[in-house]
Amino acid sequence: MCLAIPARIIELDQDKAVVDAMGNRWKAKTTLLPDAKLGDVVLVHAGFAISRVDEEEAKKTWELFAEIENFENTQNKVSG
Amino acid sequence: MLDRIVHAQHTIDDACRRLGRRITIMEVCGTHTVSIFRSGIRSILPERVKLLSGPGCPVCVTDQGYVDAVMQLADRDDCLIATYGDMIRVPGSEGSLETRASQGNVHVVLSSEDALQLARERPDKTVVFIAVGFETTAPATAVVVQEAAAERIENFCILSGHKLVLPAMRALLGGMNDRVDAFLCPGHVSVIIGSGAFAEIVANWRRPCVVAGFEPVQIVEALAEICQQLAAGKAELKSLYGAVVTEKGNVAAQRMIDESFEPADGYWRGLGKIEKSTLVLRGQYGQFDAFRRFGIEDGPGKENPGCRCGEVLCGLIEPVECSLFGTRCTPQTPIGPCMVSSEGTCAAWFKYGRRG
Repeated sequence: MCLAIPARIIELDQDKAVVDAMGNRWKAKTTLLPDAKLGDVVLVHAGFAISRVDEEEAKKTWELFAEIENFENTQNKVSG
Repeated sequence: MLDRIVHAQHTIDDACRRLGRRITIMEVCGTHTVSIFRSGIRSILPERVKLLSGPGCPVCVTDQGYVDAVMQLADRDDCLIATYGDMIRVPGSEGSLETRASQGNVHVVLSSEDALQLARERPDKTVVFIAVGFETTAPATAVVVQEAAAERIENFCILSGHKLVLPAMRALLGGMNDRVDAFLCPGHVSVIIGSGAFAEIVANWRRPCVVAGFEPVQIVEALAEICQQLAAGKAELKSLYGAVVTEKGNVAAQRMIDESFEPADGYWRGLGKIEKSTLVLRGQYGQFDAFRRFGIEDGPGKENPGCRCGEVLCGLIEPVECSLFGTRCTPQTPIGPCMVSSEGTCAAWFKYGRRG
């Protein structure tokens, strides 16, 4: 529920933004982060940017997501 | 990265030896629960370090009375339910939203904005947004309530089940489960409320509080910091998640919550009624309050018989101690919310096993 994803603001019109993470793009609002600027990497939760994130931290999270995706797709995954 | 893990492991082992007793650390965040299990952190900890998943999964802590109120609204012909996906399979006393979704009146949304948009598109129905979640999620609801008020969207309302983390931590330490030695504090809740918010737990209860993100290495390092503090007889507030968490948090989001909501006494699954622990809409936004609009009383609900989610949520039992776990209650046929939510403790135990 509290999952938040770092993404870059690639379009911004007042508080309406389009954000990008690893090529995935979606709409988000910057109402809760009034000084967010175009190009900023922000943490997006439930359609709202809630915090600025430094680039390095964002990269770590993106890599982690990619890793999880790869893991979830392997035949060897252990479950149950 | 490996050297950081090994270093943290040594710190934990050393602290355990010095302390010579069991260490109980509670995390109060569903995303931490999942990250801990998925990365196998439990398997590298000494037996003496016990990790408990506390009341940190919003769906899990939502009282049965609230779930039944949702079902009551979902059964109305004049309503459309807009909900985050997490709530869809939570069983009420009679069925879940999933069983009602076939009638087309349940819509899964990714954002509160989508719920408000649904109200704009469907003036023939009243859209009820199922507003659950902690401080991370509450600001998003607060924003759309203000938007609905400004735009005078009358066919929109919210059923607020928003909860505050700190009152639950106080309730646990105040009697529900005072065996908890320290807290691994939630990362994204802290983005909003600020790491400084946990200072009162440190000061009043002398429990180490360490804020961490979700990277496994950072979680292990947070556990090491906690163990070290305990071994040294200290209780301090630390944040290892400086990349996104500040001491004061997101002030704009806090203001937004405060403008739309006020804290009220509320019911939690397992923890019962906790003083000033839930968010209800302020008087000027009363028309957007689904409880008020439909005359629903927000009282305690009746738990499903045999379900011990409440005790799991307080860290009093482990999921395997519940006789339903893995037999009648599985992720495919969940009886309690801790098995429904992917962030639930029971679901994590089922998927990853005891040691994770």
